[in-house]
Amino acid sequence: MPAMNPPIHRNPITAVESPAVGVTIDGLTKNFGKFQALKNVSFSVEPGEIFVLMGPSGSGKSVLLKHIVGLEAATSGRVLINGQDATAEHTLERIRIALVFQAGALFNSLSVYDNLALYPREHRLGDEASIRDKVMRALQILSLENSAQKFPSELSGGMRKRVAIARALVMEPQLMLYDEPTSELDPVMGATISEIIATLKDEYHVTTIVVSHDRELALGIADRVGILMGGELVFLGPPASLRQPTDPRIADFFHPRIDLKNPRFKNLET
Amino acid sequence: MKQLTHFLEGFGSAVQLLFQSARYVGTLPRQRARFIDQCYVIGYTTLPIVAILCFFMGSVLALQSGYSMENFGAKQFIGSLVGLSFARELGPVIVAILVAGRVGSAITAELASMKVYQEVDALVTMNIPPARILVLPRLAAVLVMMPVLAIIGNLIGWFGGAVVCKYVESIAIEPEAYFSALRRYMKFQDVGTGLMKAEIFGFVVVLICCSIGLNTRGGPREIGASVTKAVVVSLISILVLDYFVTKALM
Ligand SMILES: Nc1ncnc2c1ncn2[C@@H]1O[C@H](COP(=O)(O)OP(=O)(O)O)[C@@H](O)[C@H]1O
Ligand SMILES: [Mg+2]
Repeated sequence: MPAMNPPIHRNPITAVESPAVGVTIDGLTKNFGKFQALKNVSFSVEPGEIFVLMGPSGSGKSVLLKHIVGLEAATSGRVLINGQDATAEHTLERIRIALVFQAGALFNSLSVYDNLALYPREHRLGDEASIRDKVMRALQILSLENSAQKFPSELSGGMRKRVAIARALVMEPQLMLYDEPTSELDPVMGATISEIIATLKDEYHVTTIVVSHDRELALGIADRVGILMGGELVFLGPPASLRQPTDPRIADFFHPRIDLKNPRFKNLET
Repeated sequence: MKQLTHFLEGFGSAVQLLFQSARYVGTLPRQRARFIDQCYVIGYTTLPIVAILCFFMGSVLALQSGYSMENFGAKQFIGSLVGLSFARELGPVIVAILVAGRVGSAITAELASMKVYQEVDALVTMNIPPARILVLPRLAAVLVMMPVLAIIGNLIGWFGGAVVCKYVESIAIEPEAYFSALRRYMKFQDVGTGLMKAEIFGFVVVLICCSIGLNTRGGPREIGASVTKAVVVSLISILVLDYFVTKALM
């Protein structure tokens, strides 16, 4: 969906407009010692698009997201966000990027409310009353109003995930990255999250990258899908072409057949 | 060889952390709440153990020196000996060791667990530098609390010596005599030297413990390893620094 003019990102709170953010991943390779977690991965995410990244466990999806927020440095290749190197210090100052971590990464010593309020407080985005409005709105969206005073240790896995998403929403990000946002959630909450992701894109043109195994989510909201396997990008295209995958690896990933005569755990490496 | 590079790496990251934190000194006034929290943790919670240890150190020092000085007929100088060694040497070192064990280990455990559970990564992606909100308030608090702890430690240590001198029959020196001997040979500078040492030790301990905590890599098992390492490195640093600072301040 390359647009002629880049869509305009509108800040949901301040209504300040700025061009939506685009991401370019260019020949990204990452080695951990001898192990190659990403092998020459290249693709780009258009401004205002929802890109869903799929792939089996251990295929390098989380590592890829960490490169986009600058938490990991590439062995070779690079990640550009609006043309700026993701590892440069000023990139995070100029572009608000929110990453919803796979395990939540909530601040365990802070209540749910304070987890959400930390970002606007530290960046002095308004007085305590306006921060409160913002925080409560984000909590409402994820049906968490009654948990504001709880601590992360008192929450279920699914609630922690929702708090992590709410905390990201409070940042009013221009680029939103989700690491398996619907795992651990019941189907209805999973659908709710998909709706939130799609709404943020439709109304505010938040550029979004979602890492997920959730085929419904991918087919439902993705503009484009990428599939990583063993650190390699093996598919890049519109979700519709995944309904009848031709590549046997992808077909097997979506519809694994249980085969007791030749069980796959016997073929696993290591 | 490997040990040396490890040491240099650790030293380098601690220095780097110090400079990073220094960049945000201007944010301290609006981090008042965190600063006060840390003062409470570092000062108030360490106080009981400082009091107990210093009392007994003072007592043992008086007992031991009373026993040996009797041979020289120099019993009346016990006050000066206890006073000076506490103010210049024992007070700051004991307080620093207790801060390392009581506060430093807790700091490393907390920061290491924040690192392992990706809370530190989350801060970085929120463009909130960990040095600013996790390290700076602790460094500021330790600078304020160390002299306070050292003064209280000195007073209690001196008092412990006085109690022993009065009630141990073989010594039997009245508190008036003990304290006048303590005052006679002690200059204000001696106390100042001790407070300066305490300040340096406490600051270095907290910096080391923050740095080791934030540089933890791996899983939950590494949290424990980091805590052990932080305490060991802190204790060694206190004693090595003590030698050089004592020499420099002579
Ligand atoms: N810090 C690290 N050090 C060494 N290996 C790592 C590190 N992070 C990830 N890996 C390895 O990289 C591979 C991809 O991991 P990850 O991106 O987390 O997988 P997933 O696709 O399930 O999110 C895995 O084999 C993992 O063991
Ligand atoms: Mg992952």
